[in-house]
Amino acid sequence: MTKTNRRKLLGSALASGFLAQAQEPRSLGRPLSGYGERSKFVRPVRTTRVTKTPEAGSSSTPLADMLGTITPSALHYERHHAGVPDIDPAAHRLTIYGLVQRPLVLTMEEIRRLPSVSRVHFLECGGNSGVEWSGTGGPDVQRSYGLASCSEWTGVPLRLLLDEVGLQPGAAWLIAEGADACRMQRSVPITAALDDAMLAYGQNGEPLRPEQGFPLRLLTPGWEGNVQVKWLRRLHVTAEPYMTRDETSKYSDLMPDGKARVFSLEMEAKSIVTFPSGGHTLSSPGLYEVSGLAWSGKGRIARVELTFDGGRTWTNASLQEPRLPKAFTRFRLPWKWDGGPVVIASRATDESGYVQPTRQELVAARGVNSGYHYNGIKFWRIAAGGVVTSADA
Amino acid sequence: MRTLSLFAALAGLAIAQSAKYGVGRAPSDEEIRGLGATVAPGGAGLPEGSGTAVEGRELFMRRCAKCHGGTAEGDVGPPLVGGIGTLATPKPRKTVGSFWPYATTLWNYVNRAMPFNEPGSLTHREAYAAVAYLLFINGIVEEKQVMDAKSLGKVRMPNRDGFVPDARPDIKRK
Repeated sequence: MTKTNRRKLLGSALASGFLAQAQEPRSLGRPLSGYGERSKFVRPVRTTRVTKTPEAGSSSTPLADMLGTITPSALHYERHHAGVPDIDPAAHRLTIYGLVQRPLVLTMEEIRRLPSVSRVHFLECGGNSGVEWSGTGGPDVQRSYGLASCSEWTGVPLRLLLDEVGLQPGAAWLIAEGADACRMQRSVPITAALDDAMLAYGQNGEPLRPEQGFPLRLLTPGWEGNVQVKWLRRLHVTAEPYMTRDETSKYSDLMPDGKARVFSLEMEAKSIVTFPSGGHTLSSPGLYEVSGLAWSGKGRIARVELTFDGGRTWTNASLQEPRLPKAFTRFRLPWKWDGGPVVIASRATDESGYVQPTRQELVAARGVNSGYHYNGIKFWRIAAGGVVTSADA
Repeated sequence: MRTLSLFAALAGLAIAQSAKYGVGRAPSDEEIRGLGATVAPGGAGLPEGSGTAVEGRELFMRRCAKCHGGTAEGDVGPPLVGGIGTLATPKPRKTVGSFWPYATTLWNYVNRAMPFNEPGSLTHREAYAAVAYLLFINGIVEEKQVMDAKSLGKVRMPNRDGFVPDARPDIKRK
């Protein structure tokens, strides 16, 4: 064999992969499964503070690890007052009575026979970001902003059911009660029914998770989470609110004059840069996609601005479409980091024209002891080495 | 304008003379009672029964002190006494005595949600006694004052007038 021929043969053998012995035999992957799991390499989880009463408390969504706008049901934030009940849907009943013409008791099967709707909405605890009132600020997105999540909810419009029972003159409030151990109870203005409230039984394509109220919850989009009673078992229609523990002693906003605001239900416009944010480290100067989430209880997000100089100048981020009312809106902006110290933040404006305030503006209006409904602009500091921390810390 | 359209819309809800879909059935009065007591601020909905702080003290020590402390000063559970006069200070102390607007709210909550690890285990009488005791140690009622469906709604809590409607939007832009 001539030198040329050998080279020719070798070349064609390589080209066909005949001599490529680098390949290892592959073992088969896992078999089919009934209910899927995420990759073992993907590990973000809800976090919670360790207490002596783990049945009462909250766990936070890892918002900085979320992509897009929908929160996986398994990572939806939790807030419970007496643990998560395991309710057999076949045994569950919703009773509607009081100032109505036709009191009703409904099984879940009957509720699911009624005309239904599906809509994407955020849910946010009234106490989300409460740590920010102190001025020292939460260290990362999850611990300070993680009591907010966004899902597609499916259920029966509340209005449909109120039409079905027929309100009597003077009916103005719904006393909603859960089937959890403490029988959580809130007074809900009946005006909720005129807008987009529903009795939800579906979340992100499957029945509600037990943590979100399986088999049935009240959903009043844009309002604080606590009023959207989970494990809903009764709606008592009344002329007045019942001033329950969770709308007076809790979830009321104490002002500097000692008066507390009650039924401060709407969650005002808010946004948070989720990347880069506290706990992240930028590995080197160069291109990054700055990204985050914005939402408003008043409707759609109209604009999100970003600052890279601590709030002196602002530039518009691009908003992911479709921008749905009372739902997470993802914002993004490509950005080149020059390697120097930077203070970044986002500022949301909703379709009503409401602009997300600074912490200073909130404190000027409400002092520092109101506890709930914090929606101030959050600043992150990127140090020269790339380490990102809360700029308030 | 908004109020007007609201009334019109609510009237629209109210005049529906018959059920459109006809699913479900009417609950009996007994079924509704079986859901458990629920109480309006003035006392409507309070069941029979009564209790005093004298009875409540023994109950508190047995069922409540483990979490709220022997003098209700708070432990795992929140403090239930004191703080009156602190709400407008830099360090407000919100307790049953200093903050809660209605004694009926307290009965409604104790009856449905306490003790934390055994909610629903108190009899109505025990709930009246526990409430009477908490009101007594906050200086709101006398030790032998009987709390029942008639008297509880008449108790005037120190912070009855301390709650105001939502005043938002409240941010003044610079």
